[in-house]
Amino acid sequence: MDKTLQLLSGNEALALGAYHAGVQVASAYPGTPSTEILENLSRFKDIYAEWSTNEKVAMELGMGAAYTGARAMVSMKHVGLNVASDPFMAASITGIVGGLVVITADDPQIHSSQNEQDNRHYARLAKVPMLEPSDSQDVYDLMGRAFDISEKFDTPVLVRTTTRIAHSKSVVDAKRSRKVKNPQPAFLFNKRKYVMLPVYALPRHAEVEKRMERLADYCETFPMNKIFWNGKKIGVVTSGVAYQYAREVFPQASFLKLGMTWPLPQKMIKDFAAQVERLIVIEELDPFLQDNIKSMGIEVSGKEFIPLVGELNTRIVTESSAGAGLLPESEKGDFITPADGLARRPPLLCPGCPHTGIYFTLNSIGQRSKLLESDKPQEPKLIITGDIGCYTLGAYPPLNVLDTTACMGAGIGQALGMEKAGVKSKIVAVIGDSTFMHSGITGLVDAVYNEGHITILILDNRTTAMTGHQEHPGTGISAQGNETYAVDIESLCRGIGVKDVKVVNAFDLKALRAGLRDSLGREEVSVIIVRGACAMQVRKREHPRKVDVEKCNQCGICLKLGCPAIQSKDGQVFIEPTLCAGDICTICEQLCPQKAISP
Amino acid sequence: MKMKKMDILITGVGGQGVVLASDIIGEAALAAGFDVKKTDTLGMAQRGGSVVSHVRLAERVWSPLIKEGEVDLLLAFEKLEAARWSHYLKKNAVAIINSYEQPPLSVSLGQEKYLTDDEIVAALKRRTDKIYLIDGNKKAQELGNVRTVNIFMLGCFAAFAPLEIDVWKNTISARLPERLREINLKAFEMGRKEIEGVRI
Repeated sequence: MDKTLQLLSGNEALALGAYHAGVQVASAYPGTPSTEILENLSRFKDIYAEWSTNEKVAMELGMGAAYTGARAMVSMKHVGLNVASDPFMAASITGIVGGLVVITADDPQIHSSQNEQDNRHYARLAKVPMLEPSDSQDVYDLMGRAFDISEKFDTPVLVRTTTRIAHSKSVVDAKRSRKVKNPQPAFLFNKRKYVMLPVYALPRHAEVEKRMERLADYCETFPMNKIFWNGKKIGVVTSGVAYQYAREVFPQASFLKLGMTWPLPQKMIKDFAAQVERLIVIEELDPFLQDNIKSMGIEVSGKEFIPLVGELNTRIVTESSAGAGLLPESEKGDFITPADGLARRPPLLCPGCPHTGIYFTLNSIGQRSKLLESDKPQEPKLIITGDIGCYTLGAYPPLNVLDTTACMGAGIGQALGMEKAGVKSKIVAVIGDSTFMHSGITGLVDAVYNEGHITILILDNRTTAMTGHQEHPGTGISAQGNETYAVDIESLCRGIGVKDVKVVNAFDLKALRAGLRDSLGREEVSVIIVRGACAMQVRKREHPRKVDVEKCNQCGICLKLGCPAIQSKDGQVFIEPTLCAGDICTICEQLCPQKAISP
Repeated sequence: MKMKKMDILITGVGGQGVVLASDIIGEAALAAGFDVKKTDTLGMAQRGGSVVSHVRLAERVWSPLIKEGEVDLLLAFEKLEAARWSHYLKKNAVAIINSYEQPPLSVSLGQEKYLTDDEIVAALKRRTDKIYLIDGNKKAQELGNVRTVNIFMLGCFAAFAPLEIDVWKNTISARLPERLREINLKAFEMGRKEIEGVRI
């Protein structure tokens, strides 16, 4: 075996590729499927890596670093680029000095997101070059080129991956070693480049257009835009992971594999199209390549048979291509249906989760279970606007406690909007600690300033749990593991002007109920910080609870907690000892009316 | 010599060590000279949901996802999760199944039913008779740590894999912290013995 070969995920290969390319400053906010990029980079102690408060700040940090001639990288999930789009557009017009590479990790199929937007459109919108890798080796190799392109053309470079690239492992030959191009960065005064007053900004726009012309020439010879000649009946233009599916489904076809998908190599595509009988594009999500190729006056098809929705796979590409007459029907494959009667197994809040107690309390006070019983739309007794994190899972039965989930930080503004519209019900906004730091603070400022009467629950588990426990400004630990200042949420809320701020133990059912009742009775903005450590970060799991079958009357209320450790078989409730979190939780013990649960 | 291709699907419930098991298969296969791709469909599965991992070994692998109906070997750490992916099996594939049962919440709440053993076997028999039902959790508990069930199941799988036993053991040792090495190597050996006992 070749000793240099490693099995790396796309995110691992990206971090290593950037490190070898001499990245000096890296910033990110956690988001699936991008999180592991910064996690891997933060282990290198000879670079600066941080978890930023949100993607906008991360992008601004990258800009600042790049202005000094350092190489900088900013990574985020697709919707993170929405948050960071303002500085991203600004970085495009000012340009950079040191290489600035922006990673967008898109999530076709919505494995863990709120939408499946296709961020390739951002490259066109921002007028920046975009690179798209097809596997981990591609990721590593492209990162070696991304910083060079950025510096050569004075532009941020967008690298677009998808979940299937970021989270798949494949073999990587990491040939390069780390080289730092500019070890002593310095910022040089140049207001025509960095101060975007109208008088300077308009000439910069002209520069951007010239840059795109030069890039359009450059991409014609970009080495990772490659043609693989085979049969000439079908020519496939493709990029990203779609290349892998297409290559497997069309072993006889010729391929134009694009490593740079903005701008597009018009001459190369025209030459390729001229030599094949039929030109098709195989791409995930929007017809980005197809529409742009069409606009070159080239006859091409793709989205007429390849789905717009969801991620692709070889079955989908095979069936849709056979349907379009591109493959014989006999090659469709031998498929059977999934088995019947499979009970669903959606993700749940963990045993010992600090969200379970407050969610049960919300369910009970808000009579939320009744909402599921009625066929007619009805206004909840208690409206609960949600946010993004583990606690979004509370939307599932049996807890059923969320009425909305849109985007990071949205719940507070939505709650205030409903109040100002004049709804009669009480309104609660639920937000996690990391999400509150990310974009909840400005919503809270708005609610105080505009005299809202909403209750805000900050579920403070002292980590960014959903993405795998990253640090954030409230935890007191940096991305690289150093002790640092911890922003105190309670003081922050008081400083904004919230008069009623309570801190309640997440594992005390009585205190949660009393606190919530008090807040709902107030005619002012009220904040309850529900504090309890994430169960996955607590190692000590002692005294799993047991059900005393003599005392248990099978009322089933403990099952309404939705705790995975509490199960029922043949009519008897039991607690699975290998799953129960024990002493740290005890919510079910506090709840049981028969006192049938004990250590 | 042309290398034998193998497409392996590993399924289970969040927390059972599916991803570590598929990492070990991938790394062992790379050490043995295969091209390898593996991909985990996790979603938010850290929270007790279904987990499935695709591992593909061949001279050259393109798609990281295995095509439906093309799985050579199914390794299921929970029996309902075996049935859930039965339509991925190709004809006469091998299915190695941990008979452990973890009822989903909807089953505990009485809203849905857990398939019977007969129903699970029937779902798999649509594709294959080579079904091995093994009580992996019991064996792992005998060893003193139920979390070794994933490595025990790898031991069962090793009988069918085109990889030398030493490659397996080296990869397992390299991947686990020292304090867990010995018990997991024992679990691997137990798995190898167990499958010999029931192999058709």
